[in-house]
Amino acid sequence: MTAMTMAKALNTGLRRAMEQDSKVILFGEDIGRLGGVFRITDGLQKDFGEHRVMDAPLAESGIVGAAVGLAMRGYRPVVEIQFDGFVYPAFDQIVSQVAKMHRRTEGTVRMPIVIRIPYGGGIGAVEHHSESPEAYFAHTAGLRVLTPGDPQAAFVTIQQAIACDDPVVYFEPKRRYWDKGEVDEGLDAQDLQRVPDPWRARVVQAGDDVTVACYGPMVRTCLEAARASSDVSLEVIDLQSLSPLDIETLVASVERTGRLVVVHEASANIGLGAEIAARVTERCFYSLEAPVLRVTGFDIPYPASRLEEHFLPDLDRVLDAVDRAMAY
Amino acid sequence: MSDAIRAGAAIQLLSPEGERVFDTRYDITLGDAELRDLYRDMVLVRRIDTEATALQRQGELGLWASSLGQEAAQVGSARCLRSGDFAFPTYRDHGVTWSRGIKPLEILAMFRGVTNGGWDPIERGCAIYTIVIGNQALHAAGYAMGIQLDGSDDAVIAYFGDGATDEGDVNEAFVFGSVFNAPVVFFCQNNQWAISQPREHRSRAPIHARAAGFGFPGVLVDGNDILAVMAVTREALERARAGGGPTLIEAYTYRMAAHTTSDDPTRYRGAEELEIWRLRDPIERLKVFLARHGIADRHYFDQVDHEADELAVHVRDGVRSMVEPEATSMFDHVYAEPHALLEEQRRQLREYEASFVSGGPA
Repeated sequence: MTAMTMAKALNTGLRRAMEQDSKVILFGEDIGRLGGVFRITDGLQKDFGEHRVMDAPLAESGIVGAAVGLAMRGYRPVVEIQFDGFVYPAFDQIVSQVAKMHRRTEGTVRMPIVIRIPYGGGIGAVEHHSESPEAYFAHTAGLRVLTPGDPQAAFVTIQQAIACDDPVVYFEPKRRYWDKGEVDEGLDAQDLQRVPDPWRARVVQAGDDVTVACYGPMVRTCLEAARASSDVSLEVIDLQSLSPLDIETLVASVERTGRLVVVHEASANIGLGAEIAARVTERCFYSLEAPVLRVTGFDIPYPASRLEEHFLPDLDRVLDAVDRAMAY
Repeated sequence: MSDAIRAGAAIQLLSPEGERVFDTRYDITLGDAELRDLYRDMVLVRRIDTEATALQRQGELGLWASSLGQEAAQVGSARCLRSGDFAFPTYRDHGVTWSRGIKPLEILAMFRGVTNGGWDPIERGCAIYTIVIGNQALHAAGYAMGIQLDGSDDAVIAYFGDGATDEGDVNEAFVFGSVFNAPVVFFCQNNQWAISQPREHRSRAPIHARAAGFGFPGVLVDGNDILAVMAVTREALERARAGGGPTLIEAYTYRMAAHTTSDDPTRYRGAEELEIWRLRDPIERLKVFLARHGIADRHYFDQVDHEADELAVHVRDGVRSMVEPEATSMFDHVYAEPHALLEEQRRQLREYEASFVSGGPA
């Protein structure tokens, strides 16, 4: 095991994927010489060459549209969108082409494209640099959506996303890039006997009273809440795959605890929390002791950074929801 | 904006009257059999188009986008491709798909509504039709980048219309093609109309002139002259193969029919310009040329007409007898890898439909 940041774990995972398959190519703005604005691709162009780590023109639709063509030619493009708020110019290509191509061509053209997007707030950034647009993509048939909760998950799931024959929108919790964790670099990401299926949720903290479902940047927040909660025992589940959603793991937990709190940075309205609440309620109607509660960002555009601590769910807001669930 | 044909600004090797024209920059020499084939292809493509329009009117197709009048631009350019090359057509490029060996019923299946595609793009070297305007130009640029990575001398041709040049994707494709020096030919059929909007709504500059701003050659060609279209496309493809990067070809042509069968062009354009363009018909001028030079005779023309009639019957019968897709096939191929939610929904739909005694809702 090696202690490393999530940023380093992603970098190491990308390197591993490129070593294992010469068709894996990286494409994005400033990812080559600079190594990306977050340095996730640091050193990869130097080691793999300009033909495999390509600096792209400043055009997000172009990056994703060109990736479609590269995939048709047999490549496995891993593209980087520099920030969450810059993905929208590419939305058309992602929704109309990347997501639908395999179906439109009746399975003859695969789209093994990974679209990496640093997302979420908490870093004091200017506008358009702190958004959580994952629900748009999770809503779109044909896409898969992954987000890692810690460095080990990042190391493994980035490789699994690249190996997947479906397009994967891969959301990286940017404020957790510099969090350290133990990573087993000896793990073979494809060895499902030893590493978890990327499409399954992970119970990251076992508990008895309230199930707390979260993902990405909120995993650490919820683990901290679980540690801080002395009299109520929290079971923390890292969803990891936002599409498909692993409802089975949630159901198994909620059938024991009878209570569910869903936590995400994205706004509540028509968000992942709503879908999770609906599906868990369908399955666990007679087990639930309280309604499914949500702790989320408010239904406003992401606020100016001086206000973000009031916007983002934190330990106290999670525990407040836990208390409300227990009070039913 | 002046008419590029009347102004003599477009490359032309065959006049609307069927006379060979001398051009200082471009020329082409084709054998008699090849010339006859070009005529045959255009006639057959037009016949498919006519038949498809009729089938839509009879309720057999949901929609049809007519290629009438654009046969030379489509057949001429696509005929220049090799088997390893790749074409990215729009939904109007039936002459392109025909030339890539896509069968008429494969083309019509999407318009009938039995599929969203119709053929295997990889096997055929031709993408399925792209309906979102301009998306495919970027796919072409990316595919061409892949060719470069492979070290191959294959080439790509991206089709789009004058309207698509408004789109960001087409302009981004020009940037990507230029920056990576990708082996891609951008083939714009300027058919004068983007549904109801005339070409004056595009840009102050002629379309082909934009290429200069992106740093690659732009060529204006008489899109109803199949010889000129072939000459400029061949040159552009050769340049792409040799590492010379992209070319923008503006094929000046005319959409003789409505935008689609849902459109009513009498609301926005007059009969006069239709008359002007009828005199520039791409098939007629080649026919006159072939006859005048003794390359084809009445017997040959009759034979092609007969073949077209038979093709029309084949298309009509084939469309009507297309197998209706199974309801649960809508879940097929949404994902390449297993997906539990969709399997659950597939099962739900199957069980729901089986719950009706008659086998389905009344």
